[in-house]
Amino acid sequence: MAKVFVIAEHRDGRLKKSTFELLGASAAAGNETHAILLGDGVAELAKELAHYGAQKVHLIQDAALKLYSSEAYTKAITPVLKSASPDIVLASHTPTGRDFMPRVAARLGVGLASDCTQLAFEGSKIKARRPVYAGKATVEVEFLGAGPQLATVRANALGAPKPDTSRTAEILNVTADLSGLKTKVIEVVKGASGRPDVTEASIVVSGGRSLKSADNFKMIEEMADVLGAAVGASRAAVDAGYRPHRDQVGQTGKVVSPALYIACGISGAIQHLAGMRTSKVIVAINTDAEAPIFQVADYGVVGDIFAVVPALTQELKKLKEH
Amino acid sequence: MNIYVCIKQVPDTETKIKLNADSSGIDLAGIKWIMSTYDEFAVEEALRLRDKNPGSTVTVLSAGPARVVDSIRTALAMGADNGIHIDLPETADNNMAAKALAGALKKETKIDIVFTGKEALDDGAAQVSQLIAEYLDAACATVVLGTEYSGSSVKVRREVEGGAIEVIEAPFPVVVAAQKGLNEPRYASLPNIMKAKKKEVKALKAADVGISDSDQKLRFKNFQLPPPKQAGKKIAGDPAAQAKELARLLHEEAKVV
Repeated sequence: MAKVFVIAEHRDGRLKKSTFELLGASAAAGNETHAILLGDGVAELAKELAHYGAQKVHLIQDAALKLYSSEAYTKAITPVLKSASPDIVLASHTPTGRDFMPRVAARLGVGLASDCTQLAFEGSKIKARRPVYAGKATVEVEFLGAGPQLATVRANALGAPKPDTSRTAEILNVTADLSGLKTKVIEVVKGASGRPDVTEASIVVSGGRSLKSADNFKMIEEMADVLGAAVGASRAAVDAGYRPHRDQVGQTGKVVSPALYIACGISGAIQHLAGMRTSKVIVAINTDAEAPIFQVADYGVVGDIFAVVPALTQELKKLKEH
Repeated sequence: MNIYVCIKQVPDTETKIKLNADSSGIDLAGIKWIMSTYDEFAVEEALRLRDKNPGSTVTVLSAGPARVVDSIRTALAMGADNGIHIDLPETADNNMAAKALAGALKKETKIDIVFTGKEALDDGAAQVSQLIAEYLDAACATVVLGTEYSGSSVKVRREVEGGAIEVIEAPFPVVVAAQKGLNEPRYASLPNIMKAKKKEVKALKAADVGISDSDQKLRFKNFQLPPPKQAGKKIAGDPAAQAKELARLLHEEAKVV
């Protein structure tokens, strides 16, 4: 059994599904599971952390934590970890987790295993595996030296746990010294789409250059909206200006592992495959039966995307309506 | 202004990765090495900042085996003024690399700004920028899409998630990690490639920058290639029939929708 700390992540007043994955996995392994919850006016969220397995919630509330800042998070989290001496500290490998966790690792003088896609608890240690070369290979991470083991875990890697609403947690209020911060967060400008981020979504619908225009991505967006999915794109589609770079899936974009990845009109360059091949179920729709994307697809449709994609959207809509 | 860029040399993204005999690493034979793509945006940003501030210099640093000097030369050919190579073993982890880079930077008289790529294309860990900032006690901004400089501070636009942009202001010294889209990196011209060969690349040993074995915190081992995928199901018929069958399979067989 290990003493595990999970750094909870929330945005717009809601906890991230990826935080529940970490808590669920730790609790299921029988660990002493703590959460650190940071923000301003977020006490209510502690209950939900308990439902997913947190036995103790270290609650750090401060006006300086209202908007996320890597510096403020680092400064608030580090003393809690130093005094509690956990065996393992976990955060999600989201834009937030990957930003502050290296700084926490530096202050604790320990290593951080980033972007783990497999994680198991063995006694007071973790056994972690992560991709390298954007998934063209994976490695086991060995921690050298003493101190807690830190890891960030890719969203969707551990599977969604079921909440138990009868569980409660002890709330420990912690005061943080957040004076002397160097950086100042001025504002956060929200994205317009309202769709989930491509790295966190459990379903991703992606389009390639065969879409022929930015306008034609509407049919990809329509399917994504039926499924509650994120929209992704190949590098070719991004370079052609059909989508912004933040949607790019592949070695020079985002690396994703959703439950379902639907590739529409994507041929499957080695860099693209590297970015999505760990998806649990892969669908490829492409006119070219020889396209490399079919080598990794669980379900392949050789056909014209302009005919198949709208038809599939209609079929999925029917399924959702039942 | 004293401007620095930390770069990493990585296998070209076209590389087909093979493992070495005992799976302790990859087979390095025949790999074409390049400057990690995001680092090109960092170099470009440094050059543009220098050119707007007469009297400034851009120094490029890289930590790794002797081969990484080639990538320092690439940055020099793009227009950087001088280079520093810190000799580290092939297996150095992010912490050792960051501490070595910070150690070399601390030897400089004054640091205003340090640019890096937002992550490297080989390990994709996205750690070194923040670690350098920690070891320099500097401010840090990662995944940066836009910059606005004023005096000795910078206002940056950072990509967060779902298309949201975070605007933060940081004082110098600051580490700025570049995201694709920050600028359009230039190509090195032939005369500049020739000139780059004559520019100075200072050589430092690990011990010169205070690095010892205990700075390595992680070791990657037991490398594996992804298991080959079983041949998938091909769905035949006209588009309407294909769509109907695919939806059924996703719902009933794969149970993902």
